[in-house]
Amino acid sequence: MGEKAEQIQKTADKAVAAPVTKMGFFASLIRSRATNPGETYGVPGQGRTFWLSVGSVLTLLFVWWLVTTLGWVKPLFMPSPQATVGKFFQILDQGFTNTAFAHHVAISAARVFGAFMLACAIGIPLGLAMGMSPLVRGVFDPPIEFYRPIPPLAYLPLMIIWFGIGETSKVLLIFLSIFAPVTLGARSGVRSAAIEQIHAAYSFGASRWQVMRYVILPSALPEILTSMRIGVGFGWTTLVAAEMVAATEGLGYMVLSASQFLQTSTVIMGIVVIAAIAYLFDMTMRFTEKKLVPWKGRM
Amino acid sequence: MGLEIRNASIVYPASEGDAPVEALKGIDLRMENDDFVVALGASGCGKSTLLNVIAGFLAPSTGEVILDGESISGPGADRSVVFQKHALLPWLNVIDNVTFGLKLQGYDTETRNEAALEFIKLLGLTEFIHAPVYKLSGGMQQRVGIARALACDPKILLMDEPLGALDALTREKAQELILRVWNDTHKSVFLITHSVEEAIFMGTKLIVMSPRPGRITYRFDLPFSRQFLAGHSARDVKSSHEFIELREKVLEIVFADQEETV
Repeated sequence: MGEKAEQIQKTADKAVAAPVTKMGFFASLIRSRATNPGETYGVPGQGRTFWLSVGSVLTLLFVWWLVTTLGWVKPLFMPSPQATVGKFFQILDQGFTNTAFAHHVAISAARVFGAFMLACAIGIPLGLAMGMSPLVRGVFDPPIEFYRPIPPLAYLPLMIIWFGIGETSKVLLIFLSIFAPVTLGARSGVRSAAIEQIHAAYSFGASRWQVMRYVILPSALPEILTSMRIGVGFGWTTLVAAEMVAATEGLGYMVLSASQFLQTSTVIMGIVVIAAIAYLFDMTMRFTEKKLVPWKGRM
Repeated sequence: MGLEIRNASIVYPASEGDAPVEALKGIDLRMENDDFVVALGASGCGKSTLLNVIAGFLAPSTGEVILDGESISGPGADRSVVFQKHALLPWLNVIDNVTFGLKLQGYDTETRNEAALEFIKLLGLTEFIHAPVYKLSGGMQQRVGIARALACDPKILLMDEPLGALDALTREKAQELILRVWNDTHKSVFLITHSVEEAIFMGTKLIVMSPRPGRITYRFDLPFSRQFLAGHSARDVKSSHEFIELREKVLEIVFADQEETV
């Protein structure tokens, strides 16, 4: 090693050995620390959350268990976790109001997913047509924007007056709550295609229909899938309202009638089951998204 | 034969109290069959507008554009465009992107793939045939874009700042690649660029455009791309005395326009 190289080496050693100044607590709130390799400095909200989430859920369960076991809250208001789980197995075993639990789940799922399929089958083509054609947009934009912000409970009476208390009004109510977000998602998805992609296709001799089919539709897919996820969430939200009147089966009916008999454990159990099904479906949709549009946000 | 633009102009109508804007005025341009025409100019000089007119996206307010004796009335596969970026279809892999134009024209899969393989080989993409395009580097993506436009077998290849998004080193290599492809395929090329060096190196004809109204102010015939194709190295050509002299002259013109705009 030459003299000069040694000198440089020494300087480098000194730099490494220099004491790391400790940041005060307040300073650390204002400034980020330098990041570790693999992270980018200054990205907002970066970091892992899995174990924090596990901790959060466990804490909530623990507090629930604590306040009920110590008798701080009466079981009428909040039954213990054990009682809720017990109720779940009891209803699983014996059914609720002489109907098997699985049947309640099945009928509710059929209503929500039936309405969901219908909303997608009509809403996605309509939304695409609204995005593509000023004529269709001009005609359908006012009615959709008019009814979209109205809570389903407000037009539930109308549904019942017009379509009776049977299955039609229930599915229709859920359908309407899913229809608007799916349609608007497909409509704005039309704008996802870059103008360069569209121009390139035309310059290769594409017809308007081919541009729609091969460029606009595939690039709208991520937004359509997102709007489907949002839509089905609205569907589950509306389920309880749809099963409020003249229902004799379904998860929403189970929750509502249990509340009238002050069976709080059944109410909580029903809520958790609805949440679990909705969550499971959301996970399925996310998985589908990863498979269908792995390129999302990458070009 | 070839492309002929006769006295074309584009006028954007007056709006909100602003006077009408003449984006292009009195454009005359002839392109023969293996010309490599490069358009250069300060921003706002109308070079992208001119490309849009040739591509058929924009109808000229006056004048006409004639390709092989026929007037152009809209976009078509005889004038395929290569864009700067964002023009590939990320849901298709490399070969499906390259064959995309042929698919639109109704060729069956076998014919498409056969035709595409030639250009995939020409642009050095053979190893990446089945790779998704969003996983390729910018330079490789641009090669896919060029292969895709060539696969349509256009009469004219239109390139809208095709190398603008590439880093300086990749860009020099891409210039050489495009020249070799042009030499092998004998297409006529219309290319837009911001880089004076790129313009002088690549073109056989250079048109320098000026803003307000957008018009062609200077025309040069260039020998440098042919020197490169005759076997001289690209850096030798670019550092030759004549090249530097012309480069400085053109830079002066463009800078003068740019300052006027500011």
